Amino acid sequence: MNSKDILIKVNELYKIFGDGDKNALDLVKNGMGKDELLEKSNCVLGLNNINLNVKRGKIQVVMGLSGSGKSTLIRHLNRLIEPTSGKILFNNTNILDLNPKELIQFRQNNMSMVFQKFALFPHKTVLQNVGYGLAIQNISKDEWHDKAKKWIKRVGLDGYETYYPGQLSGGMQQRVGLARALATDAEILLMDEAFSALDPLIRSEMQNILLDLQNELHKTIIFITHDLDEALKIGDRIAILRDGSMVQDSDPQEIIMSPADEYVSDFIKDINRARVIQAKSIMTPTNSKSSGATVKEDMVLEDILQIMSEAPTKPVTIENSKGKITGKIEMVNLVEGMKRPKSLGTNITG
Amino acid sequence: MDWFFNFPDMSRSDLREFKKTVDFAFTDFSRTYGQGIEEFFEPLLMFLVWFEKLFINTPWPIIIFSILLLAWIGSRSILIVVGTFLSFMLIGYFGMWEDTMSTLAIILVATFLCIAIGIPLGIAMARSNKVQAAIVPVLDVMQTIPSFVYLIPVVMLLGIGKVPGLIAVCIYAIPPIVRLTNLGIRLVDKDVLEAADSFGANYWQKLFGVQMPLALPTIFAGVNQTIMMALAMVVIASMIGVKGLGLPVLRAISNQYLALGLMNGLAIVILAIIFDRVTQKFGLRMQKYRNEGKD
Repeated sequence: MNSKDILIKVNELYKIFGDGDKNALDLVKNGMGKDELLEKSNCVLGLNNINLNVKRGKIQVVMGLSGSGKSTLIRHLNRLIEPTSGKILFNNTNILDLNPKELIQFRQNNMSMVFQKFALFPHKTVLQNVGYGLAIQNISKDEWHDKAKKWIKRVGLDGYETYYPGQLSGGMQQRVGLARALATDAEILLMDEAFSALDPLIRSEMQNILLDLQNELHKTIIFITHDLDEALKIGDRIAILRDGSMVQDSDPQEIIMSPADEYVSDFIKDINRARVIQAKSIMTPTNSKSSGATVKEDMVLEDILQIMSEAPTKPVTIENSKGKITGKIEMVNLVEGMKRPKSLGTNITG
Repeated sequence: MDWFFNFPDMSRSDLREFKKTVDFAFTDFSRTYGQGIEEFFEPLLMFLVWFEKLFINTPWPIIIFSILLLAWIGSRSILIVVGTFLSFMLIGYFGMWEDTMSTLAIILVATFLCIAIGIPLGIAMARSNKVQAAIVPVLDVMQTIPSFVYLIPVVMLLGIGKVPGLIAVCIYAIPPIVRLTNLGIRLVDKDVLEAADSFGANYWQKLFGVQMPLALPTIFAGVNQTIMMALAMVVIASMIGVKGLGLPVLRAISNQYLALGLMNGLAIVILAIIFDRVTQKFGLRMQKYRNEGKD
């Protein structure tokens, strides 16, 4: 991995909530867990030795159950929460070394954030909300009006400029939140369970809007979620947190094919494997053509099944995005790939 | 067992000495600094006198028209404007015009002073828990101590007149605006503040762009309460030389004039109701965005 590709580097980050931090930090570094720490020193372990490399222009998902520290982690990146110890490097400058003035500059220019509960300004119109990040930079009114209008249009809220957030539905409010974050042209977008408060249809619609925008803008996005389907749909990489510690940080396919521990296995237990696992994860590597049809290596098993069902005995050929043959899949592989590994248990009874 | 049945208090002579010391100390203080303090308040006195004269000397139709205009701007309610018109006509008809104007003048100046001092104080309290911890007990004392008690040092220092009256009114009326400014700012949604932070807003941008506007309805409830309490002090202030509706009430109490007391008392009530309705309506209109939700 080229180090130039990495935009944000989190290094041995610890966060302990409560008094007596110094002592507690040593305890944690010597391997004390969350529950024990709470009992012994009345401190809550927020983050435990987090290391994370976020690649430029990619969507890094951070996943975990509530209380796992994911919202704490994302708030460290723009220092809404100060760490107990550690480093956060952005283009080789440690964000934690910024003085208050520099920090304000950094927040204005480099990072913007979308919130779970939208956190729009209820007393400002949609236009004023979207333009907020620009308005506080003392940019001329004409200029931020133009930019804000452009983004309002881009998220499909044309004509709602003069409405107040209270007059909009949840989905529309979060579009305002998204537009507000995009309007400052910040390179990094922090999304804290941005779509979790929306109902499933709207959520899926918002995910599509985000992916659409990402295709065009190539922002570096850190996306917090507790929803695996969402993580798999939009993540280029998925990190999983548990009790403040990172348990796995890998490619989405890898999470499903080789979960790091039981916690991760539990997470992936109920997903529809046929719809998520891609050809490249189960193919037998070869560079010679097989007798069946040819498909791309990122096609999901469900679609391959559709193709193979017409000629079940012929293995399909797998090729990469450049058209080079990389492997083959037989019906047996397909069935094997779709079925839940023994370690994940079974839902079938009787 | 004597100590068991009789409280072991200090001796009478000690107590007398103690009171004497306090009294002399304060008398000394007011002798030394009274002049200076009075001079300090001189501009305020001039302004008060000028302001009262302005109210009394302006022809009554102009005053009524201005009041109705303000009531309309504040409330946008025909009902309130008509009510205000009838009330003032009635007050004038019963010969209380001049007193009402005096009272109006001092109430307005007192309210303005309370806002000018109270809101910054409330902001300081909201910013720091230490400041809050220091000011809250002071406010508690101001609100519970009988007003006659702080009239004594005020009169000793400044004598009898408009300024000591104004100060007494302000001491009584300022706590709600301070408390509610503090409360209003502290109640602003943390998520919204976090959003402002995340976009790089500085302290002042957060204060004036987010906290104050969102706290405004609460702050306005404080202004409303301050006006009400200032009006409630009118009678007591008249004991130390403030002209206005309080004076006839005071005369009525000492001479048992029922009609005089009732008339002037009711005039104060009418003023209070008008102020209350107009400011409340104004406060409601300021938070219109809250009531326009679709669901």
